[in-house]
Amino acid sequence: MYAQMIKTASNGIKPREEMSEEERAFQDKIDNDIKIEPRDWMPEDYRRTLIRQIGQHAHSEVVGQLPEGNWITRAPTLERKAILLAKVQDEAGHGLYLYSAAETLGVSRDELIELLHEGKMKYSSIFNYPTLNWADIGAVGWLVDGAAIVNQVALQRTSYGPYARAMVRICKEESFHARQGYDAIRAMAFGTPEQKRQAQDALNRLWFPALMMFGPSDAESTHSEQSMAWKIKVKSNDELRQQFVDQTIPQIEYLKLDLPDPNIKWNEERGHYDFSEPDWPEFFNVIKGNGPCNVDRMKDRVAAWDDGEWVRDGLLAHARKKAARKVAAE
Amino acid sequence: MKNEWPLWEIFIRGQHGLSHRHVGSLHAPDAEMAVKNARDVYTRRNEGVSIWVVEAKHIAASSPSEKGPLFEPSESKIYRHPTFYDIPDEVGHM
Ligand SMILES: [Fe+2]
Ligand SMILES: [Fe+2]
Repeated sequence: MYAQMIKTASNGIKPREEMSEEERAFQDKIDNDIKIEPRDWMPEDYRRTLIRQIGQHAHSEVVGQLPEGNWITRAPTLERKAILLAKVQDEAGHGLYLYSAAETLGVSRDELIELLHEGKMKYSSIFNYPTLNWADIGAVGWLVDGAAIVNQVALQRTSYGPYARAMVRICKEESFHARQGYDAIRAMAFGTPEQKRQAQDALNRLWFPALMMFGPSDAESTHSEQSMAWKIKVKSNDELRQQFVDQTIPQIEYLKLDLPDPNIKWNEERGHYDFSEPDWPEFFNVIKGNGPCNVDRMKDRVAAWDDGEWVRDGLLAHARKKAARKVAAE
Repeated sequence: MKNEWPLWEIFIRGQHGLSHRHVGSLHAPDAEMAVKNARDVYTRRNEGVSIWVVEAKHIAASSPSEKGPLFEPSESKIYRHPTFYDIPDEVGHM
């Protein structure tokens, strides 16, 4: 998802007999759905895993602004432009909520940003795909934010209080994101034949990358078990992916677009849609840094950080000078 | 000197007549900018009519290990609640 393939800091789940008294009390709290708060005792591995996951989630919100920002100046109408601006601004806020949640675990925002820029932390694979035209912007809101919602709704029940509360805030804003995207793609799907063709093309290109957002299949995600026991993760990758597919197919059908995968079929027995797995080698390749836009995204992020340095330093110098003057006057 | 902007805790009054509530935090060089940033981040959809900002380092908090001594004593004092008292029906609402 926005946090894919988070390595759990520990090796496997500790059996209860081997837990210390503190660890046992901690696990009992989690099992009873009592939230863990910043100053509560927590295992070091829980803290480290959370920093990785929340940090990656935060980075994804921020980097996720780039593919959409790409179209702000070229939105087809003033209204669509205002909507897209508001949406992208929300994503900056989501990044902020999440960095703040991570900071309660004893890491600073600047440290996390440095780790991202040094390539030591990641963001979601989805943002390494390009947005080639306006239909892609509709498809991103509809599918990418749609997939994010499925994950984030589940995470509202995550065990770490500040993370869960950030998810609640974010979810409130996300449904606007998905709806504005669907509204934009709907205008094209019911527009001219050329617009409809572009809508179909956007769906076809973004469908599998959207499915990859949930991370590798459960059989392959080796680090899930401990994260599930700690309720850092609430549902498995495959469960969330299925939920997303099930909710999205009727939306595609409404648009009268062709399904992006010939194997999509309602399975009466399972009560779910069957669908093809995404191309996992492609996924791992994108994660490794070889997607179509990895290099550009990092270049833009680092440039924004470096170019903004004089502003950050200038404002801080001014604040310090003012504070010193006030002290001197007292 | 480390040049990271300090962290501020943000409190918002949601509507007239309600108290300010903690909504989250943000970084800002000074109080004035913290208020401006809080407005941009936490009140974009009519969530507030007033903002307080407090630099995080100025907040003193109770420690989780004191939870027992601090809060348990009140658990046994059920006579502090109105429901502890039986008022005869004949007396009417009280
Ligand atoms: Fe978001
Ligand atoms: Fe979003």
